[in-house]
Amino acid sequence: MNQQQQNLFRFLVALGDDSVVLSHRLSEWCSNGPYLEEDIALGNVALDYIGRARMFYQYACEVEGKGRTEDDIAYFRNEREYTNLLIHELPINDFAFTMVRQFFVDVFYCEYLKQLMNSSDETIAAIAAKAVKESRYHLKRSEPWIRQLAEGTDESLRRIKDALLELENFVGELFLMSDWEQSLVEQGIAVDRAKLQKDWDAYVQKFLGESNVHFPDSQLQIRGGREGIHTEHLGHMLSEMQYIQRTMPGLQW
Amino acid sequence: MSQEHLAVYEVFVRSARGLDHKHVGSLHAESPEHALMYARDCYIRRSEGVSIWVVESKNITASQEEDTENFVDPMDDKPYRHATHYVLPDSVNNM
Amino acid sequence: MQSVDSAAEQAEFDRKIAEEQKIEPTDWMPDDYRKNLIRQMSQHAHSEVIGMQPEGNWITRAPTLRRKAVLLAKVQDEAGHGLYLYSATETLGISRSELIDALQTGKAKYASIFNYPTLSWADVGAIGWLVDGAAIVNQISLQRTSYGPYSRAMIRICKEESFHQRQGYEIMYALAKGTPEQKQMAQDAMNRFWWPSLMMFGPHDSESAHSGRSMKWKIKRQSNDDLRQKFIDQTVPQIEVLGLEMPDPEIKWNEERGHYDSGEINWEEFYQVINGSGPCNHQRIKHHKAAHDNGEWVREAVRAYRAKQNQKAAESAA
Repeated sequence: MNQQQQNLFRFLVALGDDSVVLSHRLSEWCSNGPYLEEDIALGNVALDYIGRARMFYQYACEVEGKGRTEDDIAYFRNEREYTNLLIHELPINDFAFTMVRQFFVDVFYCEYLKQLMNSSDETIAAIAAKAVKESRYHLKRSEPWIRQLAEGTDESLRRIKDALLELENFVGELFLMSDWEQSLVEQGIAVDRAKLQKDWDAYVQKFLGESNVHFPDSQLQIRGGREGIHTEHLGHMLSEMQYIQRTMPGLQW
Repeated sequence: MSQEHLAVYEVFVRSARGLDHKHVGSLHAESPEHALMYARDCYIRRSEGVSIWVVESKNITASQEEDTENFVDPMDDKPYRHATHYVLPDSVNNM
Repeated sequence: MQSVDSAAEQAEFDRKIAEEQKIEPTDWMPDDYRKNLIRQMSQHAHSEVIGMQPEGNWITRAPTLRRKAVLLAKVQDEAGHGLYLYSATETLGISRSELIDALQTGKAKYASIFNYPTLSWADVGAIGWLVDGAAIVNQISLQRTSYGPYSRAMIRICKEESFHQRQGYEIMYALAKGTPEQKQMAQDAMNRFWWPSLMMFGPHDSESAHSGRSMKWKIKRQSNDDLRQKFIDQTVPQIEVLGLEMPDPEIKWNEERGHYDSGEINWEEFYQVINGSGPCNHQRIKHHKAAHDNGEWVREAVRAYRAKQNQKAAESAA
């Protein structure tokens, strides 16, 4: 791979990692939802993200050209090699936390993927076109949830505020650009995340403001995901997720 | 015992353009908008529909079984409403 | 003494049953018919919902991304089937919270197979193949049940269920054709789930408490033993294709009967698990209760929000 291909590969794996990690978290809600309908609905969101992860990984493998598969990428890298943004890996905590995180990433992905549809790379543009529809639906779900919980009971409001407090440290990383991603932007392949931040802040502040909930902004950044510097949580997730492949590698399942 | 928090909605799905909406079941939701979303996630996971109606169950007025005698039966003595009631010469086909 | 009216209603009900007409929610029906349906349908619904747990136990450990997506979709389907069945049961005039309460307090039962643990990835295959396979045999028969909403729910469920069994068998096939270690996993899983799968059809016809009446009312359409035999007959050749050893040494083709003979089920174990002393009974209900209790504040918030919205609407209308 030349430098450009390496950057592209890195980019695709990163986006795949974001999706695979979030899908894993969402799948943990299965049989744990507040009621059956919501359990099923969360399952659909998780499935959308698994689908996304697979598309990004498959294309990454194609770009790499070494005959690796999506499962080689997902199951045979350790936490220092995973490059997802940290917000995706945080434990599901309670339902408020899960929905606030979802709302944050939904608002982000709706815009990010819309722009990524203009990627000069046709495969990426096609994945984005499929994924943006999913995210628009996710947002249509997460917004009324935030509204209801913020304006529901004292307890639900408190939980929303707790979630915001924890997540405001992590959400800024969504807008962080690195040199290699910047060079992909210049080639028309990737999207400049940093440019989405102002609108994201404004949108989220306005939406939460309508429920009288204050959100400062996404400036405070805990960073490290793209360099493989994670929270303590990812290692546990991967040891669970990769357990079969790691104990019996190289087999068909 | 836990309280009933959500309302019951009946779900109707149009399986393809050009067909009627058909009742498929019910679900619990907090608002009509949510009912519609849950209907999407619960009842058309396999693309079984192109359009959905939801209506809160309590808003449906249904005919009652005990009324059948007066409500439905009087309809069955009007055979002249049906095409087969009329006898036409064989030479007239396809009418 | 029966009044003239109720005697006429009974006769009308009997006529519908005899003529293979469906009974619909607004129809008059005998109390016992209603009670029997609520018992059977809610038991069925609870089984789907509790059944999410043993398989859900492997979602986060599925060995490939495809398997993970399939398993999640499958367990999600179980939730969906639970929903269809709760929804059908609610047409009998009982609320979902009453049904859930009955489950959590042990008044209502669910399929005892889900009180066995899933110990290896192969168990996910065995459940899809054997447990869903047994369920399908039962459910196909129930598509013809006399209660309309139940019958329609079953038709819907049967359509979705065949994917479940096929994905399970695909897992077993991959393992059976894999390394000796994988094959051993498959054999072990099948051995553990074989007998509980046979138990899913319930006690022998001669011992079944509710069978007679349910058959008379056409709630059930085929007897426990007939359905069990059907399942054995269709499954034995599938075991042969996998190349696994029979889980029951007494399985043998009987030319005269045109069926496979098999060994006797350990009924002591059956009743023990049904009566609450299976390996996972407590765990399953505890899990269900915990999820339900953890969701209480969410449902509470939803209700409060709804009340506030209604109040706002009323104020702006005034």
